[in-house]
Amino acid sequence: MQDFLDALVLQAGYNAALVTLGAALLGFAAGAGGSFLFLRKRALVSDAVAHATLPGVGLAFIAMVALGGDGRSLPGLMAGSALTAWLGLLGVEAIVRRTRLAEDAAIGAILSVFFGMGVVLLTVIQNMSQGRQAGLESFLLGSTAGMLYQDAMLIAGGGAMVVAAIWLLRRPMTLVAFDPGYAAARGVNVGRVDLAMMGLVLAVTVIGLKLVGLILIVALLIIPPVTARFWSDRADNVVWSAGVLGAVSGWGGAALSASAPSMPTGPIIVLIAAALFTFSLLFAPVRGVLASVLARRAFQARVHRRQGLLALSRSEPIHDGLTLKVLTREGLIRPDGVATDKGRAAAAKIARDEHRWSVARRLHHDTALTGRYDGLTPIEEVFTADEIALFDTRVDRIGAV
Amino acid sequence: MVDLSLVAQPRGLDPASPLAVRGLTVTYGEKPALYSLDATFPVGAMSAIVGPNGAGKSTFLKAALGLIPRVSGEVTVFGRDVNRARDRIAYVPQRASVDWDFPTTAIDVVLMGLYGQLGLWRRISGAQRALARACLDRVGMADFADRQIGQLSGGQQQRVFLARALAQNADLLLLDEPFAGVDAATESAIIDVLKSLKAEGRSVIAVHHDLSTVTAYFDHILLVNLRRIAEGPVARTFTAASLSETYGGRLGALQIEGLDLKEA
Repeated sequence: MQDFLDALVLQAGYNAALVTLGAALLGFAAGAGGSFLFLRKRALVSDAVAHATLPGVGLAFIAMVALGGDGRSLPGLMAGSALTAWLGLLGVEAIVRRTRLAEDAAIGAILSVFFGMGVVLLTVIQNMSQGRQAGLESFLLGSTAGMLYQDAMLIAGGGAMVVAAIWLLRRPMTLVAFDPGYAAARGVNVGRVDLAMMGLVLAVTVIGLKLVGLILIVALLIIPPVTARFWSDRADNVVWSAGVLGAVSGWGGAALSASAPSMPTGPIIVLIAAALFTFSLLFAPVRGVLASVLARRAFQARVHRRQGLLALSRSEPIHDGLTLKVLTREGLIRPDGVATDKGRAAAAKIARDEHRWSVARRLHHDTALTGRYDGLTPIEEVFTADEIALFDTRVDRIGAV
Repeated sequence: MVDLSLVAQPRGLDPASPLAVRGLTVTYGEKPALYSLDATFPVGAMSAIVGPNGAGKSTFLKAALGLIPRVSGEVTVFGRDVNRARDRIAYVPQRASVDWDFPTTAIDVVLMGLYGQLGLWRRISGAQRALARACLDRVGMADFADRQIGQLSGGQQQRVFLARALAQNADLLLLDEPFAGVDAATESAIIDVLKSLKAEGRSVIAVHHDLSTVTAYFDHILLVNLRRIAEGPVARTFTAASLSETYGGRLGALQIEGLDLKEA
């Protein structure tokens, strides 16, 4: 536990601190960059990109060993993985553009084929005599164990550069995600912006390979934006709070993993992100599950209150249990079901408003206002006092009928 | 010295026109959507593009803007290539083309209209925010500035999109069915704004589907059904004869009579 707390506050040694910072920056880049993917509704393309990195890792290892170097040099492996990820991305785009297949089918095809090639290459490497192949499989699930100072610097620096690029491209990417037709009419090159968006995702994937692993990087790209969406109705806020959520997940995950080196980093980061997501899903205001259940119940009570009062105004008996409960709770009826004075007054008001509305529909020229009738909105919120007084003169005339 | 203005325009497209096309042909696969269409819209006027469903009205706007590829044809905006005149065009797409759950508020949508001035680096200034608010006010939506767009009614959404176009301060407005599925109050609010734009000397071109309001709203009309049927001032062109040619049998004699048109 003490180890974890030390790692959390960056007191577990220089290297561990650097790894933790790198993970936070990577998490920020993934959350913010993933937001645009989420808003553009192309989240799963990132999964194809991530899986397409694996053959690149294998090929780069083989090439580096063949050239007599250390096969596990991180910059080399990253370059190789970026190359095949890029090919995978182009593959998805080409399938969508040139055939009648939809994007989901293209993603499935590219993801499985590239991942299959990668696994074959890793098996070949296992049987190679030269090179110390141990450790390549850590690219699947991520690890902080044995990370070099330069590797941590590479991750932190790369993450920071991706964040800067996201900041620079935030406006065109938002515009294209919201309304591509309008963006194109403004002269924005939609295809190029989309490509830049995917390029950023690719960069996050490649930078995160060592730390999070290629299988789970997609979660770090998607979960923080989805979580942030619970808390905000503005694209800017979603993007930057998704960044913060990703950074928190990366920081916590790297710290935990540093204090217990046998644990894979990727799954821990993702579990922290998922915990933040679950909390938001349940407790976010307005969009959260709890808030919508409460809002639904409040709405239901309003409907029952109105139905009950209408019944009272017509002197009809009320049988519905919830209606009785709502009316009793507000003191509109006595426990034996007889209307109180307050209840009679409220019922009379509701009946009168119904007449006013029907006059309004006949009289008022503005259908946008009369269209706001939903039985629940008080008439005073829609029309001015003068207008209501005018309706009343007509209500009195037909009210006698 | 040769007076260049005397040299015939090689394109033959009116350089004063806010939007002129010649021989515009668009196909979806091998099925023609528009065939060899010519049109020259007048400056400082309200023009309608009218025709039956599937006649290529929206396609015309999209192809003119270069949003979909054209098989052939020339397009000029104020005498220049459309790509060099984008700053002068504001486009209001069909309402259905947007995801209404997108996290953006009415004022954010209008601020997107300032995209050109904002560029990549600059922060949004107080003056720009005030301008966006003024545009919302002009369409009667100032009270809804901070609402998420999905919480607005269809008519309100359309007005926000018009406000975004206003923020661009463009000389040419292209609107795709601005009155489709909106309430009467929105329709009159939109038409008031469009008429005030015309009074400022700007040109408005709208795809329009309601034949009963053509005479009241528009000065100029282009009747389309895959090809150009007729084009000209509403008073002269919007006739029973041209309408029945545009709509074929789809428009009954009674409906045409109901429009109370002058016989050509």
